[in-house]
Amino acid sequence: MTNTTDETYSAAAEVAQVRVRRTWRERAWLSLKKAPPTAWFGMVVIAIYLVVAILAPLIAPYGEAQVFPAPYAPWSAEHLFGTDQIGRDIFSRLIYGARNTIGIALATTLLAFTIGGGLALAAAILRGWTDQILSRIVDVLMAIPSLIFALMLLSIFGASVVSLILIIAVLDSTRVFRLTRAVAMNVVVMEYVEAARLRGEGTGWIMRREILPNILPPLVAEFGLRFCFVFLTVAALSFLGLGIQPPTADWGSMVRENASLIQFAQYDLKAALTPLLPAAAIALLTVAVNFVVDWFLYKTSGLRDER
Amino acid sequence: MSEPLLKMRDVRIDGFTDERWHEIIKGVDLDLHHGEVLGLIGESGAGKSTLGLAAMGFARPGCRLTSGEIVFDGMDLMAMSERRKQKLRGTRIAYVAQSAAAAFNPAHTLLKQTTEVAVRTGVMGQKEAEEYARELYAAMDLPNPRTIGERFPHQVSGGQLQRAMTAMAMCAKPDLIVFDEPTTALDVTTQVNVLAAMRKAVKDYNTAAIYITHDLAVVAQMADRIKVLRFGEEVEEQPTAQMLSDPKEDYTRSLWAVRGIEKPGESGPDKILELKKITAAYGTTPVLTKVNIAVPRGKTVALVGESGSGKSTTARVVTGLLPPVSGQVIFDGAPLPPELKNRSKDQLQKIQMIYQMADTAMNPKQSVGEIIGRPLRFYHGMSGTAQRERIAELLEMIELDPSFADRLPGELSGGQKQRVCIARALAAEPELIICDEVTSALDQIVQEGILKLLLRLQKELGVSYIFITHDIETVRAIADEVVVMYQGEVVEQGLKEEIFAPPHPDYTELLLSSVPQMEAGWLDRAIAERRELVDSRGEVATD
Repeated sequence: MTNTTDETYSAAAEVAQVRVRRTWRERAWLSLKKAPPTAWFGMVVIAIYLVVAILAPLIAPYGEAQVFPAPYAPWSAEHLFGTDQIGRDIFSRLIYGARNTIGIALATTLLAFTIGGGLALAAAILRGWTDQILSRIVDVLMAIPSLIFALMLLSIFGASVVSLILIIAVLDSTRVFRLTRAVAMNVVVMEYVEAARLRGEGTGWIMRREILPNILPPLVAEFGLRFCFVFLTVAALSFLGLGIQPPTADWGSMVRENASLIQFAQYDLKAALTPLLPAAAIALLTVAVNFVVDWFLYKTSGLRDER
Repeated sequence: MSEPLLKMRDVRIDGFTDERWHEIIKGVDLDLHHGEVLGLIGESGAGKSTLGLAAMGFARPGCRLTSGEIVFDGMDLMAMSERRKQKLRGTRIAYVAQSAAAAFNPAHTLLKQTTEVAVRTGVMGQKEAEEYARELYAAMDLPNPRTIGERFPHQVSGGQLQRAMTAMAMCAKPDLIVFDEPTTALDVTTQVNVLAAMRKAVKDYNTAAIYITHDLAVVAQMADRIKVLRFGEEVEEQPTAQMLSDPKEDYTRSLWAVRGIEKPGESGPDKILELKKITAAYGTTPVLTKVNIAVPRGKTVALVGESGSGKSTTARVVTGLLPPVSGQVIFDGAPLPPELKNRSKDQLQKIQMIYQMADTAMNPKQSVGEIIGRPLRFYHGMSGTAQRERIAELLEMIELDPSFADRLPGELSGGQKQRVCIARALAAEPELIICDEVTSALDQIVQEGILKLLLRLQKELGVSYIFITHDIETVRAIADEVVVMYQGEVVEQGLKEEIFAPPHPDYTELLLSSVPQMEAGWLDRAIAERRELVDSRGEVATD
């Protein structure tokens, strides 16, 4: 804090207290330094996942769908986590699975935010009929259990990656719509939005420049959580056989394919752990994202649960 | 004199902002005797409320009492346990807040809430407390004191609620009441009654009081002594009469002299804007009925009236946010389309608006340069160097340094924010600016600066203003013509001097007589005049 008293400003009584302006990068680094260990843990885990996902072909010892003669091979130096029911290397498939599952979940979440967020902003700004119609459609979609609805739609349209992304994105966009509309409503009534409207600005400009920057923190937090849910839905659908189709590696279907191995725990503990590895990968990422989101919410919204 | 009821010595209080503790009260002394009213005045941020709460041994969250002595009736509040202090509050010391509406629980009747503290702390039984509360309602001049307690908070007006709150504070027969800006949120016409009732009650029950306000004229009516605070320090303290006639310090004098702008009202034949028989409604609720207003080019027309009189609605009709049910808006000789979306960019550019709360009128995520630059780009297609230069020019015009362009609104003071809003309006190069209560959220010294700036800009640029306000002093300072509105109708329009010179229509008279004056004894006269007015007319809707 510095007191700047040397301004060319007439009302002498008004002494402005001005913060030293920091660049965006300095501020980000400062808050990172103060982040709690859980947040650091989350960020490190997410970073590792991302690196693995991006560099999958370089890291994986074998190809995604490369079949070896020995199915259900035990853990060994050659096959770190053994092979699956048709002889594919499980370690390699775990690594490729990161790429596929995270990639699809990310694409789906982005699409959900584009659809839900865009429509919600339009509803908040235009209100009236637009808002009524959109909100009621969302109500109807939300009234149907989304996993069952997704299963039904996937069996109708066929289980391709594109339809998977589209269907989950549309279903999840309803929740994004709800949140965005609620927070945007608080901003829409601000006088600077009215000022922009009086200036003659179009709806798109008001959306992007006046409202979006002011509702970003809750949306970023929601993005993290929504990503987790989408990720879990994709995994669940794959586990049920309607998600990502073989031979594409995916953690959900990997759990299913090797699920029977868990019965061999009394003979070979390592083999029994095999189906739990992709499940653990799913769990770890979900926990990590949640840690980061918690910290972010704590920082931006002032939600404090201690005290 | 005997030992004072409240004695504060060298009180220091820290506040927590920007992750650090700052001293916000820097060693203030205060003495208050039984039955005495002390006025605390100062600009916002001077530490008035913090000091008032400290008199109850209380520091609000984010503040802490660091050192000093607070002795209430022989008891040391600094050393007392939180439990015992809590018991003291409400029974021996009471607090009346600015917003009564926020302080009442909407789910319970007034009577129940009025008697709650007295009954719970065992000062009185329920029956006795209710009887006493009704007596207090009568003392506070509330209508139907026997039955008004049965009502819920939303069933009485704001002024009545504020009085009920005072009754609530007095119900446990406290020795000291802290009034924190109790009438700031009220209309002037209502304020007079509330002030009179409060003063009478305090006097009748021989209660000591600390009266916190930023309005000098109000404090002059209420207080026996006045203490002026600035930046957490005492500037001076004197008996009211002496303080009004002969302030010692320069700062106090500057507070007193602030309302010194005077300009003669002028009219002109050339009208920039005319409202013709405008009738407007929100849904089916009529708000404006056949409103005719004319704004001469390059002049200022002030719209005055209490809240709910239709001032802001008139502005919404002019800007096109609320298309009127019937009537015409004529701008620069040609009718304006009633709806915003049908108006051309050109028409939009010529009418600009400045809002009351500069905080919410600027996007907190945009820098001052972006805020002022947008209309330049939008209306005049300016960008790059030309835009930067024009922004600097505009900033200079509003007496801010060009370096302000990089700042965010959160880094500006209240007055600077309002100046930036003015610059944004000017950037469009408008012919008419609608100023909606632009100074009412600001301190008096800052207000004066803004008004002077607006006057100078009018002289230099020839822009016309519609000035919406409920503050008659502001009107005196800036207006050429005055339009008095009451319940959605224009009571009268004319040159400032004509409107302010008697004879007045009844409502104008009431409005003018309600404006607190900076002289002792004004309140008594105003109340007496009002009685006459009420008697002659039979009824006056003030509450």
